Amino acid sequence: MPLASYQTSVPVVVDDAKCIADKGCTVCVDVCPLDVLRISDMTNKAYMAYDECWYCMPCEADCPTGAVTVNIPYLLR
Amino acid sequence: MALDQIVDGLSEVSCDVLVIGGGTAGPMAALKAKLKNPKANVVLLEKANVKRSGAISMGMDGLNNAVIPGYATPEQYTKEITIANDGIVDQKAVYKYAQNCYKIIEELDSFGIRFLKNENGDYAVKKVHHIGTYVLPMPNGETVKKALYRQLRRARILISNRYMATRLVKSADGRIAGAISVNTRTAEMLVIKAKAVILCMGAAGRLGLPTSGYMFGTYENAANSGDGYAMAYHAGAALANLECFQINPLIKDYNGPACAYVAGPFGAYTANNEGSRFIECDYWSGQMMLEFYNELLSGKGPVFLQLKHLHPDTISEIESTLHKVERPTRGLFQQGRGVDYRSESIEMHISEIGFCSGHSASGVFVDDNARTTVPGLYAAGDMASVPHNYMLGAFTNGSVAGIDAMEFADNHDFAEFDAADVAMERDRVMAPTKREDGIPPNQIEYKTRRLVNDYLQPPKVTRKYELGMRRLAETREDMQERMIARNAHELLRALEVQSIMDCADMAAHASLYREESRWGLYHWRTDFPEKDNENWFCHTLLSKQDGRMTSEKRAVEPYVVPIADDEKDLYDKQRIRASA
Ligand SMILES: Cc1cc2nc3c(=O)[nH]c(=O)nc-3n(C[C@H](O)[C@H](O)[C@H](O)COP(=O)(O)OP(=O)(O)OC[C@H]3O[C@@H](n4cnc5c(N)ncnc54)[C@H](O)[C@@H]3O)c2cc1C
Ligand code: SF4
Ligand code: SF4
Repeated sequence: MPLASYQTSVPVVVDDAKCIADKGCTVCVDVCPLDVLRISDMTNKAYMAYDECWYCMPCEADCPTGAVTVNIPYLLR
Repeated sequence: MALDQIVDGLSEVSCDVLVIGGGTAGPMAALKAKLKNPKANVVLLEKANVKRSGAISMGMDGLNNAVIPGYATPEQYTKEITIANDGIVDQKAVYKYAQNCYKIIEELDSFGIRFLKNENGDYAVKKVHHIGTYVLPMPNGETVKKALYRQLRRARILISNRYMATRLVKSADGRIAGAISVNTRTAEMLVIKAKAVILCMGAAGRLGLPTSGYMFGTYENAANSGDGYAMAYHAGAALANLECFQINPLIKDYNGPACAYVAGPFGAYTANNEGSRFIECDYWSGQMMLEFYNELLSGKGPVFLQLKHLHPDTISEIESTLHKVERPTRGLFQQGRGVDYRSESIEMHISEIGFCSGHSASGVFVDDNARTTVPGLYAAGDMASVPHNYMLGAFTNGSVAGIDAMEFADNHDFAEFDAADVAMERDRVMAPTKREDGIPPNQIEYKTRRLVNDYLQPPKVTRKYELGMRRLAETREDMQERMIARNAHELLRALEVQSIMDCADMAAHASLYREESRWGLYHWRTDFPEKDNENWFCHTLLSKQDGRMTSEKRAVEPYVVPIADDEKDLYDKQRIRASA
């Protein structure tokens, strides 16, 4: 059966202007318990690749530049 | 090479003691094992990253079950936990915990974790339970993980992050020989030979589906998908009382604790829509949850945590805890809804079901040395059967497990396992990556967990259970024959859903076996509505025998601390008598 891609508005947002992933930082990607953050090949910035978030906060708390904002996932907001 | 791209590889390493799961119990187990024999190799394997993994990833606001001299005695605590669990408790392990936990508090204190003291320098313990006083706030609770991590580094524990354990391996004579794991970002497989293995993989938190429909909006850390229960089962270990589900009273939709243990000592309480109290005590128990459930259905719901009657300064103090540690996004959630605790009560609801001894009484069966029924295999924390463990139980029993496991490793050589077992596991793990076409793991998982809600959630009805098991079996067939994973991350989810399915089967099997009702809402069977002490005052042990799921009874060990007849049902009297 063919697969369709499914639209979802992700809860975690990264401010590209503040993110220093292009200088080698991977802190948020490293600490996330659900392993849902990645560094984009296109922008070299961190982003939420999978909408599988426990809205727990390590990514935001540990980011050295304050680039990450955790929002409550829309379905339970 | 890009993250998540699948690499087909297999390597092997060995160590003396392997600890699986680096949340709460795991770091302590690894540390204690290493301190017991500093020359030995201890590996701590973690699916996520030990720095921020597990239930305490953002720290904790307090200890829920501290037995502190001057406030409580081990005898009193053992009695309370026995009564709260309807008597089905092997007291030896609970008593040992109660005796040892104060030492662990002092040790945590020496790691830099602070516990609340009053002006005299005594611990400021709060009363939340029905009978005794055991709740101890942690003023710098957000630092727990950092403090533990420092100790692990200092002791030179080998940490392997982003490896998900999938199966245990044993020798022909049944002794533990190690574990098989998969890198969650490359799908490469790693076999770890070990003389002793300690399972600390937390609760089965992704069993039921939260009412929000968001699969990862669970009460438990959503990385805890019940892999430990599935691994123990397939290794032939016994699992105790799995029918005693975990069901918690939580902030509706947010699905985290409100948290009555923090706010209760300041004067907050659970109330119905009329603003009246209806339960005697906010300590989480099955009996309390049953009254909560009844209230929701009675027309007097919704149920709220009430704090608006408190002084604004007190509310600010409560907020500063609730919005900083444990589940810090609570504040963001309430803000988004425009709820101010000063003027509005917090709407509460009932969580999805799960397995977790931290809050109930089920889990991989262990004795008072944290030994499972498989030689060389240990378990501690939320997945082991010592009831009402909470965080301090995870630390204390993790410590017991670490020490005993290292002793075992010192006295045994590596056990030999059959290479065919590894080959078979490799086939199982990689199967979803070999298919061109099929069903993605998220759909299999959603359906499985939706079926768990529809059919297995209490009240437990035999006919519904039978139908539910049929539907689950059909979904299992899809999972085994048609599930696809297109990258390593999807493979992680595909492996997790296989654990979830095993846990669902175990939940159903165990629930049908115990033909009575017990533990309030946790095991309320409408076809057997009464407690039946004559036939069911016993543990139930579930295990895999000759490839089949089997349940049997096991007698409750004679009590160390006797319980008087008039004390036995104290937790059954949760509902406040009609007063006005
Ligand atoms: C929201 C919440 C609030 C709580 N509040 C309190 C409180 O205030 N006071 C209190 O005393 N207790 C509290 N508890 C309970 C307490 O936190 C837990 O009982 C305790 O932390 C459990 O420890 P654990 O080691 O068993 O599990 P965890 O700390 O959850 O660790 C399990 C670890 O195993 C890892 N893992 C899972 N599967 C695999 C696999 N296949 N391979 C490798 N690793 C794996 C996970 O990533 C995780 O790191 C709370 C729990 C929750 C969820
Ligand atoms: S932690 Fe912050 S700076 Fe580092 S990669 Fe993530 S968003 Fe960028
Ligand atoms: S909130 Fe938690 S689960 Fe979500 S992205 Fe951040 S660290 Fe990961």
